[in-house]
Amino acid sequence: MNNRIVDHPILGKIKERKVISFTFDGKKYTGYEGDTIASALLANGIRKLRVHEESGNPRGIYCNIGHCFECRLTVDQEPGVRACLTQLQENMVIESGKRLPAPLKSEGNRDDLPRNYAEFAKKYEESKEDDPRA
Amino acid sequence: MLDVLIIGAGPAGLSAANACREWDLNVLVIDEFPQPGGRLLGQLHQEPNGKWWNGIEETRMLLEKADALGADIRCGLSAFHIEKASHGFSVYTNQGVFDTANLLIATGAAESPVPIPGWTLPGVMSIGAAQVMTNVHRVRVGNRGIIVGVNVLSAAIARELQLAGVEIHSMALPALNIVNEEHGHPRKVMERLVRMAHLAPSAWIRFGSQFAKIDWMRNLAVKFYPKHGVKMWGLPIHIRKAVTEICGKDQVEAVTICDITAEGERIPGTEQTIEVDFVCIAGGLYPLAELAAVIGCPFQYIEELGGHVPVHNEQMETPLEGLYVAGNITGIESAKVARAQGALAGLSIVKRMCRESEDLKQKIHEAKQNVRTIREQVTIQFHPGIHQGRLKMETVFKEVCDQ
Repeated sequence: MNNRIVDHPILGKIKERKVISFTFDGKKYTGYEGDTIASALLANGIRKLRVHEESGNPRGIYCNIGHCFECRLTVDQEPGVRACLTQLQENMVIESGKRLPAPLKSEGNRDDLPRNYAEFAKKYEESKEDDPRA
Repeated sequence: MLDVLIIGAGPAGLSAANACREWDLNVLVIDEFPQPGGRLLGQLHQEPNGKWWNGIEETRMLLEKADALGADIRCGLSAFHIEKASHGFSVYTNQGVFDTANLLIATGAAESPVPIPGWTLPGVMSIGAAQVMTNVHRVRVGNRGIIVGVNVLSAAIARELQLAGVEIHSMALPALNIVNEEHGHPRKVMERLVRMAHLAPSAWIRFGSQFAKIDWMRNLAVKFYPKHGVKMWGLPIHIRKAVTEICGKDQVEAVTICDITAEGERIPGTEQTIEVDFVCIAGGLYPLAELAAVIGCPFQYIEELGGHVPVHNEQMETPLEGLYVAGNITGIESAKVARAQGALAGLSIVKRMCRESEDLKQKIHEAKQNVRTIREQVTIQFHPGIHQGRLKMETVFKEVCDQ
């Protein structure tokens, strides 16, 4: 998939540039010298860059100036790299952001960890009831 | 140690660097983006005289001059902290700390977010993001999109997307909610459009001239705004329709749009689904001024300048000795004004570092005049009343310095 704007009525024909290879989530892609990671991925039709760490909702570029941090990716094993401010380099290994475990998030399960004193006290009372020695 | 560190390699920062280099000061310009030019890079619009303003060309000219003068420009550096020191300032970046006698903050502007349901979906981006993708990286942001937010900036960029062959379905307002009152209210949007119609590029004049500038006429215009929108460059602009939701699973698939009253309230039963694969959100610009706040520069809220602005005078000096500001951080204006302000800021720094001569005095006077002249001439003004805003700032600067 190529989303390049090759001809432009005012800016003219796109300049010949060096082709740069990289991988995203293990798949091979190419971009051009001067691309940011964000522009190279978008040119390849890739919009979903990560999922929200807790909810798993899909996210992509938003501001393109490094402020919103929505485009953070793992690049050559460095996490939290902003795709929109990082120049594409030969053989970059880029990985999308994944969902992370949320051990402190309440799922309404009995074995959830307590998140505040009230929950702790309740759990403590429950554990006393559960324990036949008490 | 540096004579001058400039944060931001946009039109203001680059022209300031050139001015400083002409007087042989030791200058370093840093910028977060991988290439210099700032948001000037993406600009592309037709002037009323028919000539095209091409940001890439304008940047190239500034860089050629910087190169000839031997200015040091480094990209990919993020400044995140500044400390006051006996020598001047220490600027902390992701590539070390830089010590400098003078500091110019020329960080420009950022876009105000306009949240509506579904705006976190991939394929939704700020209008400025789409501009850089289209004109700088030459990447198509989608096949068919809609622009949410009607203002001078979004109209200009809509045209740029069209030029690049990207289909824009229409421009409409964001549905009114607690955070986007300014952008979702038809009467307020119309007021701003009409006030700047005479200043904007040619098609805008045609657009604006369909409405009178008198209150009751404007109210009528909002009330009887055509159902199919007003077309500009063949693109329907709606101020009586609002996007209520952006829909899609893994990326944008459609938007829900509905008719709204002149006060921005949704009219039930008018909802419509429009298939699009991208959405641009346009909330307008605000001065990007955090770094000036970090170092303790006083601020003033001035609506005509676009928000909270570091206090400064016409020579681009702040109340902090050795700290200067230029460009959109001082108020939202055209890149041409930013470039002229940069040259003036550079000369103000020269004045502090070198012995004041008649020649320098004359140059500063000319640079000041140049900012004023360009401000009068520019075709795109983002905020009406920029002159009042600038006057207010002059008064505030005097008050702060008298204290």
